[in-house]
Amino acid sequence: MIRVEDFLLDRIPVSNEAFLAFVTRNPEWRRGMAKKLLVGEHYLEHWKGPLTLGDESLREQPVTNVSWFAARAYCESRGGRLPSWHEWEYAAAAGRDEFDARHRPEWRQRILDWYAQTGGKPLRKVGAMPPDVRGIHDLHGLIWEWVEDYNALMISGDNREQGGADEVMFCGAGAASMKDREHYAVLMRVAMLSSLKAGEGTRNLGFRCAYDPQGE
Amino acid sequence: MRNLVWTTAAAILLLFMAGCENGNQANDNQAAASAARAGSNTAAAAQPADFGPPQGEPIIHELKPPPYVPPPVNRDHPAKVVIDLEVRELDMEISEGVTYTFWTFGGTVPGPMMRIRQGDTVEFHLKNHPDSKMPHNIDLHAVTGPGGGASSTFTAPGRHSSFTFKALNPGLYVYHCATAPVGMHVANGMYGLILVEPPEGLPEVDREFYVMQGDFYTVGKYREKGHQPFDMQKAIEENATYVVFNGSENALIGENALQARVGERVRLYVGNGGPNLVSSFHLIGEIFDRVYLQGGTSFIENIQTTLIPAGGAAITDFRLEVPGTLVMVDHSIFRAFNKGALGMLEVQGEPDNTLFTGKEIDADYLGDKAPSQLRSTAISETTQALSKGEVTLEQKINAGKILYTGTCSVCHQNNGEGLEGVFPPLAGADFLMEDKMRAIDIVINGLSGPVTVNGVQYNSVMPPMSQLNDDEIAHILTFVMNSWGNEGEMVTVEEVRKVREETKDRRPSGAAH
Repeated sequence: MIRVEDFLLDRIPVSNEAFLAFVTRNPEWRRGMAKKLLVGEHYLEHWKGPLTLGDESLREQPVTNVSWFAARAYCESRGGRLPSWHEWEYAAAAGRDEFDARHRPEWRQRILDWYAQTGGKPLRKVGAMPPDVRGIHDLHGLIWEWVEDYNALMISGDNREQGGADEVMFCGAGAASMKDREHYAVLMRVAMLSSLKAGEGTRNLGFRCAYDPQGE
Repeated sequence: MRNLVWTTAAAILLLFMAGCENGNQANDNQAAASAARAGSNTAAAAQPADFGPPQGEPIIHELKPPPYVPPPVNRDHPAKVVIDLEVRELDMEISEGVTYTFWTFGGTVPGPMMRIRQGDTVEFHLKNHPDSKMPHNIDLHAVTGPGGGASSTFTAPGRHSSFTFKALNPGLYVYHCATAPVGMHVANGMYGLILVEPPEGLPEVDREFYVMQGDFYTVGKYREKGHQPFDMQKAIEENATYVVFNGSENALIGENALQARVGERVRLYVGNGGPNLVSSFHLIGEIFDRVYLQGGTSFIENIQTTLIPAGGAAITDFRLEVPGTLVMVDHSIFRAFNKGALGMLEVQGEPDNTLFTGKEIDADYLGDKAPSQLRSTAISETTQALSKGEVTLEQKINAGKILYTGTCSVCHQNNGEGLEGVFPPLAGADFLMEDKMRAIDIVINGLSGPVTVNGVQYNSVMPPMSQLNDDEIAHILTFVMNSWGNEGEMVTVEEVRKVREETKDRRPSGAAH
């Protein structure tokens, strides 16, 4: 078991509009100005210009094609951070009516159904689908999301190899024991995250921020 | 899980070795007996071999979709071969009116076949399209090295990886994606074949084809229309919804049938991607003169049905002696007739009555198959037009004709004339044309007992066509009532719906609709 301490999480993924405000205030993260090493070749490439959205990047769509470095910088600028993988999975286990819906076949099927749709289609607006029990939207069914410690999920590119690379998945018992078929959906998420490089985004990968509770 | 997988792999390895040791002893293990016999038929002393460094300029390997087979290598030295393969996740048809999200190598299922020479050095590039949702990789069974290249090619969407290997062993090898969850990536169609020719090549033949079997698991039942998602539970239970050749029920049927001529020597490179099922590969009406077992170097002769394991392959050679349609099936036979494992090889040429006489036997297998491309286009166009409320008589007739060919023509014949005394005619049929609603009723509910058509009495049984939906029945009847000299009106979906509703009490509960 992993104990997940209290944390706060954005209700919706970061939108193009929000990210535009961030790069407007922080020129060093604009397309064309940000270091290639930190953002990769395809950083915000679907935006019309460095400070212009466009038909491919509507204001309310989630921002994608962002690197892990850029996502972290955004969250820091908001006084937050990226959620840890455990935090993200803890939140993502929720269903419409319960905190842990992972035993429900329809919960799993909804995730697998999203996997089964081909990419390349316009993304929905953030927050367009009904929220889960905590009022959080789009943890499933819209985009992949960066997590702070994605790199610790480095399962090998060939998951049949022997060795300790799967340990994090075992350790992440709060989210997943890979023995159960229900967790194929989680396994696929781990596979996706572990294929990524911190300086590269993809068309279907965005993020949201987490925050430590203040005071008390 | 890691440990579990490793243990299983080790167990399989041990079993395999045990099998080899027992191979020369007389026992009732058929596979082992075959292997023992094959030993004497090895064409050459094939061993893993390194023929030295690659020579000449690198060769860019041209890849084309199945059933295309690249030409023989025809080279007397090892070379460097560059292979460039792109991963695409695509919605494609798995059956008439049924789409599925395939994850593909090269945009097809199976991926393109590759052909190299033993000793070649392969520089392999894997590109994952930016629109992909998933990371992917490739494990080529032709590779000697950890993972078969899988971890070297683990590639996020919008990325490109490469690695290099030397092909040490000749044979026909499967390649597949090995990204977690491996079963799902394979179940979605990520496999293909790579042929490593021995230095002397394979014996010359006139035609070569590339066929690969795969099993698919959908939430909806077999042939349930619309887009069908992957069903993990059925996959785990190995309860396949579809078993097909080359990724679709219609890939090798009708217009897509393989073509050859009498007198030609034909070679099929047959793979089985799985993920689960072992194939009992059989070609109805032909005997394999030679089967290279498991795609390896040894061959056996005069084979009716050859086992192809999931993740394995076979090479089958045969000479065509008589014309007609040869039907390839998985002879685990319910898969052929109820899950789609059918393909066709059409053989043109002069009959030789000393070898084969009598009527063709393939009519039943053709049953409800029609040219796929044509068929699906006309039907989907009509469906789209219908949804917009602007379907034309001509569109309905075109769609109906294709559905008729698949559903009705076996009995009523393509020309609508039926078989006198057995199946009533539709062409110029008074019984048909005098009552449109009765005609709809018969298609929905079937008909048994005596009827008189054009003065001739018929007394047989037509089963209810309960698998057809209202659209399809409207199309078929519109076609039938406006063809072969019949001049009637359009049959509408509303009319079919009305008859179906009015006659529902006559159908047993549980019958479709």
